[in-house]
Amino acid sequence: MSRRYDSRTTIFSPEGRLYQVEYAMEAIGNAGTAIGILSKDGVVLVGEKKVTSKLLQTSTSTEKMYKIDDHVACAVAGIMSDANILINTARIQAQRYSFAYQEPMPVEQLVQSLCDTKQGYTQFGGLRPFGVSFLFAGWDKNFGFQLYMSDPSGNYGGWKASAIGANNQAAQSILKQDYKDDITREEAVQLALKVLSKTMDSTSLTSEKLELAEVFLSPSGKVKYQVCSPENLTKLLVKSGVTQPATDTA
Amino acid sequence: MECVFGLVGTDFAIVVADTSAVHSILVHKSNEDKIMFLDSHKLVAASGEPGDRVQFTEYIQKNVALYQFRNGIPLTTAAAANFTRGELATALRKNPYSVNILLAGYDKETGPSLYYIDYIATLHKLEKGAFGYGSYFSLSMMDRHYHSGMSVEEAIDLVDKCIAEIRSRLVVAPPNFVIKIVDKDGAREYAWRQSVNDTPVPSA
Repeated sequence: MSRRYDSRTTIFSPEGRLYQVEYAMEAIGNAGTAIGILSKDGVVLVGEKKVTSKLLQTSTSTEKMYKIDDHVACAVAGIMSDANILINTARIQAQRYSFAYQEPMPVEQLVQSLCDTKQGYTQFGGLRPFGVSFLFAGWDKNFGFQLYMSDPSGNYGGWKASAIGANNQAAQSILKQDYKDDITREEAVQLALKVLSKTMDSTSLTSEKLELAEVFLSPSGKVKYQVCSPENLTKLLVKSGVTQPATDTA
Repeated sequence: MECVFGLVGTDFAIVVADTSAVHSILVHKSNEDKIMFLDSHKLVAASGEPGDRVQFTEYIQKNVALYQFRNGIPLTTAAAANFTRGELATALRKNPYSVNILLAGYDKETGPSLYYIDYIATLHKLEKGAFGYGSYFSLSMMDRHYHSGMSVEEAIDLVDKCIAEIRSRLVVAPPNFVIKIVDKDGAREYAWRQSVNDTPVPSA
């Protein structure tokens, strides 16, 4: 009976719901998990890769993590082609700001600006919403390191730790238990890998199935966005006890 | 004929503007305040077409206020200066504003600063700057006597020297000036320098 309110994105159902927005979130629930954790000295983003084929050219492309500006990066969960459009929009918005003000765009303003775009697709135009959720990780001089999560409705929130994509509720509850306010970036990496290993469907974690990126300050004070190399990722996985090294005892 | 100049001191910035509003040979008023409070810690001293001057500076002022309402944080002086320059630049090849601006501000992290923005969207960050015919005299005076790290007393002394030069050497020198200062406590009026007061109308 609610089916008749499905097809138009821009109308409410009698229960006051926007079905297209909810269906978009369903689509994201099938996508690879992404987790973000805020620490004192940086923000950690970890993503589960769904496309794992030996034929994939991994050196040049990332599936989950994207740099928006020198001081902001994001992890995505959902329809990749939709994500690309929004990432491009976010990049343009960030550059437009720094063109006008000659300063980097504050992270929350960037998130808000992108969310305003997403909201437009839930209210007018007759176009479907974007099937993407984002975790934004960045640094600015006003509030330091920040982590934001946004969804297809255009709502966003600032988080200490958050998860999007498949099994995000399970990940979120583990994060709630294990997150400490004074966590360091290294501990955050360990925690993120641990949580991901518990919520991922696959039996063992290898570096091919994951992407890890960190936003932190270099010693000179510049913001750095660094994607972890597969070799380093393997070492980290072994260190956190989440993957068995080559020699294993049954 | 319109004189605007300013300088940066040790932890403050000062801007001075004449207060004459002139149309052709008529002086409309001699107590026109041409230095606007852009926000609590920024001053904009503007000279140029009277309509453009007020219109443009108010437009910038309202946009600066809007930013603060939207985002909960004020713009830095540098950001406000670049935004202002951008607006002048965008309008330049369509519908230009004839306004010259000296933007002075104080930021907690970076201290006092002064920005020179002319009507064709030039932007310079400076220690001392000036616009108008008066600049020939005030810039020379400042070149001679300015040094970085001046105290308020030294700076005001230099300002008075500049005003004296303008009054004595400029053929149609404006009689009155207003001095405003911005420091960590905010932007405020410092003093007026009047040599001609409006004659009071005798009461009936």
